[in-house]
Amino acid sequence: MAESAQRPPEDRARTSGATIHLENLTKRYPGNPAPAVDCVTMDIKAGELVVFVGPSGCGKTTTMKMINRLIEPTSGRIRIDGEDVTGIDPVRLRRKIGYAIQASGLFPHMTVAQNISLVPRMTGWSKRRIAERVEEMLDLVGLDPGEFHGRYPRQLSGGQQQRVGVARALAADPPVLLMDEPFGAVDPITRDHLQDELIRLQHELHKTIVFVTHDFDEAIKLGDRIAVLRERSHIAQFDTPEAILTNPADDFVSGFVGAGAALKRLNLTRVRDVGVVDFPTATIDDPLQTIFDRLRAGTTNEVLLLDRHHRPYKWLRRGDLMRAKGSLVRAGTLVHDTVTRDATLRDALEAVLIDNAGRVPVTGRRGRYEGVVDMETLMNSVHELLEEDRLDAVEHQHLLEEQRAQQVLEEQEGTTDAPEELA
Amino acid sequence: MRERLETRDTVGQPEAAEAGAPPGKDAPEGPPPRAAAPPRRVTWQKLTILPAFLLALLLATWLWFRGADLDSIARNSIADGNVWLRLRQHVVLTVVSTFFVLVIAIPLGILLTRRRLRPAAPAVIAVANVGQATPAIGLLALLVIWLGIGMQAALVGMVVYAVLPVLANTIAGLRAIDPTLVEAARGIGMSALGVLRRVELPLAVPLILAGVRTALVLNVGTATLAYFGGGGGLGDLIASGITNQRMPVLVLGSVLTVALALLVDWMASLAELLLRPRGLGAS
Repeated sequence: MAESAQRPPEDRARTSGATIHLENLTKRYPGNPAPAVDCVTMDIKAGELVVFVGPSGCGKTTTMKMINRLIEPTSGRIRIDGEDVTGIDPVRLRRKIGYAIQASGLFPHMTVAQNISLVPRMTGWSKRRIAERVEEMLDLVGLDPGEFHGRYPRQLSGGQQQRVGVARALAADPPVLLMDEPFGAVDPITRDHLQDELIRLQHELHKTIVFVTHDFDEAIKLGDRIAVLRERSHIAQFDTPEAILTNPADDFVSGFVGAGAALKRLNLTRVRDVGVVDFPTATIDDPLQTIFDRLRAGTTNEVLLLDRHHRPYKWLRRGDLMRAKGSLVRAGTLVHDTVTRDATLRDALEAVLIDNAGRVPVTGRRGRYEGVVDMETLMNSVHELLEEDRLDAVEHQHLLEEQRAQQVLEEQEGTTDAPEELA
Repeated sequence: MRERLETRDTVGQPEAAEAGAPPGKDAPEGPPPRAAAPPRRVTWQKLTILPAFLLALLLATWLWFRGADLDSIARNSIADGNVWLRLRQHVVLTVVSTFFVLVIAIPLGILLTRRRLRPAAPAVIAVANVGQATPAIGLLALLVIWLGIGMQAALVGMVVYAVLPVLANTIAGLRAIDPTLVEAARGIGMSALGVLRRVELPLAVPLILAGVRTALVLNVGTATLAYFGGGGGLGDLIASGITNQRMPVLVLGSVLTVALALLVDWMASLAELLLRPRGLGAS
């Protein structure tokens, strides 16, 4: 829901990602009777960001590495854009799949530019095109090309290295991007920032991204869909973040979601998705009498005073003006916090909780006043959201069960065997 | 030097600056840690001190030698450009043996770090160890019995003797590489040969070069023993000085050997600095 609001429909049309199909993917290591990854079947849509999340050692990284065959699957098939890549030259395959790993994996003896240009050089791009591409990629990940071009990885901070790592992964414009805990080694503030950047990038590029993490909050923040994996990469649940939060498939998933699912749900909805109420306002240029009148006439005993640029400035109560003897400068309490329409409900809730009257102004471009969110609106919308999610999830489950029943029926009749034999 | 470098690294870019920076190319990603001019690694002290010392040493020896009282036997040992001949032989012995050491040890080291041959590494290292543990003179004697007198036997002996440091360092250098880097290289689509050429070897260069330097210095020393197998070299001067009890000849041979060893070590240290990939941290 939040996703559809952020992503204009015309953007979604020009998807540049590729679909990924994993069929019964299994990895056994010699000397170990239990497979490390057991029969994973998964469909990933083009342009989708899928997060593999699970406890450490559950095989999520192994599963991901089988997609670019850094780890060769023991059995099963991988199809990318319908093409069976299980048997093709792995080197050729990997040049079409971006790969970003924890702690960036940059080569310390190459400059930033050399690192980024590696894949384009290997695929035989012209020198000029490579040079342009390097600038473009640095720009894309928010680093100044002129400044960072000739630096060595040692001369960058962890966050900057990670950006260059992403730039390198995207350099040859691969349809698929694999990211193995890419933000695991940076501090929380930088990580948060990098996650925002990745969301922005993905809105621009629409790659198919498989993202591995053990951090469920990161998964919720980034994923279009989340695959919660348990040991041996069994898929415990593969669904949208909303569905997983409101309707975890089993105890394992709910244990992994952790406490505070409703709070986490707030991260997925933006202020723009809930009702913003109007509030009586006045600007500081209005004559005092008008403000008095408005205070008397209004249903609330308070107005929001805006400054000359229509930015929220002060909360003004009925008695305030009297006490300040008619001076607008001294009257009222300053607005100390505002939220934008893009803020998550969690941010809004935080602001509302801190405010002593339980409301926070919503601002638009250049901080212009657009409305107010208060406790009541928030409560109501959250209740509505959760109820809606619950209904969705129930319906979704019905659908899944029906599909499963259908599949079982077909298998019993032997109709699904034919296409598999053809393959 | 080191201190300055380290402050630059830590003060350079605080992570916090990253957090508030808006996306876009004007984002102030931390204060720029100086334009990326790698520090000069070859300082003038490095370039001049040792050669100056060697010049002084050689000059002093020459002056002393001119003033020394030489009888006919001593004169005979250094007659007909014998000193030059021995010096040339010594250099040839060192260069040729080192060449073969590199040709044998580096590829062998690379092979022994490939996945399939990795189990064989301890065995090969053990053999190389035997080569080095055997007293060089004994080895040389055995080789002379096998190959006959001459430069050939001396060369083989020197190669066997010096393979170990280069081999061990090549293996250590390749093994010391962070496996995630190698995996990253494979992950972005490098072929096995590409990973070796573009990532593994450059990163192992510092250690390999250190091994080569050790081997070179070892070879200059071992080459003095070539004389006993009829291989020539400065050992000839030293030995004739000893057997004929002619001090000046002995000193001349020894000083030349020492000077050559120091010179070779100096050149190797320069090569280490110059060939070390940039970006690997200056030290």
